[in-house]
Amino acid sequence: MTEPAPAEEAVSVVLVDDHALFRRGVRAELESLARRTVSVVGEAGSVDEAVAVIGHRRPDVVLLDVHMPDGGGAAVLTRTRPDHPDVVFLALSVSDAAEDVISVIRAGARGYVTKTISGRELADAIVRVKAGDAVFSPRLAGFVLDAFADRPGATGVVDPELDQLTRRERDVLRLLARGWSYKEIAAELVISVKTVETHVSSVLRKTQSSNRHELSRWASDRRLV
Amino acid sequence: MGDVDEATTLRTGTPPATGDAPAPAPEPAPEPAPAPAPAPTGPVIHRIRRRRQGSVIAGVTGGVADHLGVDVLRVRLVFVLLVAAAGAGFIAYAALWLFCPIEPRGVPRAVPPRERRQGLGLATLGVLLAFVISGLGGQLSGWVIGPLAVVVIGVALVWREADTGGAAVVGETGWRSRWLVGRRLGLLRLLAGALLVAMGIAVFLLGNVDLGQVQFGVLAALATLAGVVVITVPWWMRLVRELGSERRERIRGQERADIAAHLHDSVLQTLALIQKQAGEDTAGREVRRLARSQERELRAWLYGPPGGDAGRPAGSGDATLAAALATAAGEVEDDYGLRVAPVVVGDADLDPDTTALVAAAREAMVNAAKHAGVDEVDVYVEVEPDTVEVFVRDRGRGFDPDAVPEDRRGLAGSVHDRMTRHGGSVRLRTAPGEGTEVGLVLPRTRRGAPVPQEESR
Repeated sequence: MTEPAPAEEAVSVVLVDDHALFRRGVRAELESLARRTVSVVGEAGSVDEAVAVIGHRRPDVVLLDVHMPDGGGAAVLTRTRPDHPDVVFLALSVSDAAEDVISVIRAGARGYVTKTISGRELADAIVRVKAGDAVFSPRLAGFVLDAFADRPGATGVVDPELDQLTRRERDVLRLLARGWSYKEIAAELVISVKTVETHVSSVLRKTQSSNRHELSRWASDRRLV
Repeated sequence: MGDVDEATTLRTGTPPATGDAPAPAPEPAPEPAPAPAPAPTGPVIHRIRRRRQGSVIAGVTGGVADHLGVDVLRVRLVFVLLVAAAGAGFIAYAALWLFCPIEPRGVPRAVPPRERRQGLGLATLGVLLAFVISGLGGQLSGWVIGPLAVVVIGVALVWREADTGGAAVVGETGWRSRWLVGRRLGLLRLLAGALLVAMGIAVFLLGNVDLGQVQFGVLAALATLAGVVVITVPWWMRLVRELGSERRERIRGQERADIAAHLHDSVLQTLALIQKQAGEDTAGREVRRLARSQERELRAWLYGPPGGDAGRPAGSGDATLAAALATAAGEVEDDYGLRVAPVVVGDADLDPDTTALVAAAREAMVNAAKHAGVDEVDVYVEVEPDTVEVFVRDRGRGFDPDAVPEDRRGLAGSVHDRMTRHGGSVRLRTAPGEGTEVGLVLPRTRRGAPVPQEESR
């Protein structure tokens, strides 16, 4: 690797997954891409290792497995985020369960993608979370829409700022759930891509800090009961 | 309490009568022997289970007969004779009543009326015998025996009611609500029993005790307390039993969660890896298809229908739109070897309209799989109070909707017709090179409300 211009610098990534085979697969895939936008600077196979490696390598982005022994991705997030607030986490999981996805998002991850994602898409997602965007897979968008739905019987809104989505945010989420890209969404809603990103970030913030019953239930159900 | 395999213990073998509740296990019960013998197979501990049907007082003798494999009549005779032996029969009967659980509902049993008459006669005989013997003995005056008998009858009434009040229904409803709600007759019997007990105690106290005011008051309070304790014994026993079975359920659930976590961490990860690493040739595609299909099945077992939420138990039926759509998506995945990822927000019951919607969506998925030349199709379903929308989107070739080629007739024909027949509509967005999105909209004002989402999961 020669010295690229700072703007072209590859995003440094740490892989956290308790399956060595999977780490190797992801690493190989990211490194085989034609445009090296991402460079893997470290790997970790457990929560403790992850905390150590992240503290040592200070990566831009951590690719985080949701399911690991000793607390999983959420534990890594709660232990590293106070010391390294500038490290961005992207959850990578085989799980499709709402409580897994929502709990890791609420612990502070800025996005969620499934493990079957292609290498190119994964690299794109990494670059995007590095740039400050939220990465919503269609499934995550669906979960969030579901959680914020105003159904009869849903719990009342306590904090309208956090517990409700604006119409525009809802529109954006819907299109995300339909599998549209930001560019397509921007064109459809006649807004700029930047505005789409703002909406998605705002939805992410609400998902992380809202006290809606559905969200806190999904996030806490897992190991407690 | 011993954990007994109920299905084995209950092999009573009597011919199936029309039970009043669904049988717990679909036992074929092939040998119609009139004298039911417990199957003496294996090291299973057989507990005595009191008979629910055909009992005279509490089904104790019937249970003992089932357990020992002898005729009920003989057991009853022995009990009556034991009553003669200083009332030992009474005590034995009461103890067995307390400590043996009643059999679950729905055990088929044919009780000949003769057997019942005999039992009734023997029970009366036993009670009379007790009176006569105590009278002959003379240690106890009539003033003791009379009220005692009244108390005993009252207790028997209450206990009996507690038995039939649904002891076998182990469900989420509390034991309290089960006997309080409904069944006015049962309540009446309960009251009568309690009244009898109170009367017996009162008569006993009034007739036998000649004490000062204070002592009498204390004694009366104690007697009442004793009466309440005796009456409520069955419910305490049941509470203890249910706590036990609840604990067992919880342990079972825990085990299942552990297995799920393990499968998730090992098998699902491996399947994801296989899908990523499989090559692009024919063999690789086949491997990918297999891995995908296995992943889907395992996922459905672990988390319930895909696209929905976890927590809905797997196999809770294909009765909802989300589940039906997931099945359709799975079929298309398997048939055409591409990934179909349904995302479902909300859910609805399946009725003819939504069934047609699923069929139309499937058609759209098949179209995308056949013609778009992609290996992934996004499916998004949103159920709202007044509409159901389904979007099937691919990023493939696309086409010019004005010049519909022959091979897209399926879309125009079957999808469009299906939707219009059920009052829905189709919105098509496509252009050459830009992929295709088929939007299906179905109004749902005509039929029921959306499935309540919050608490039913």
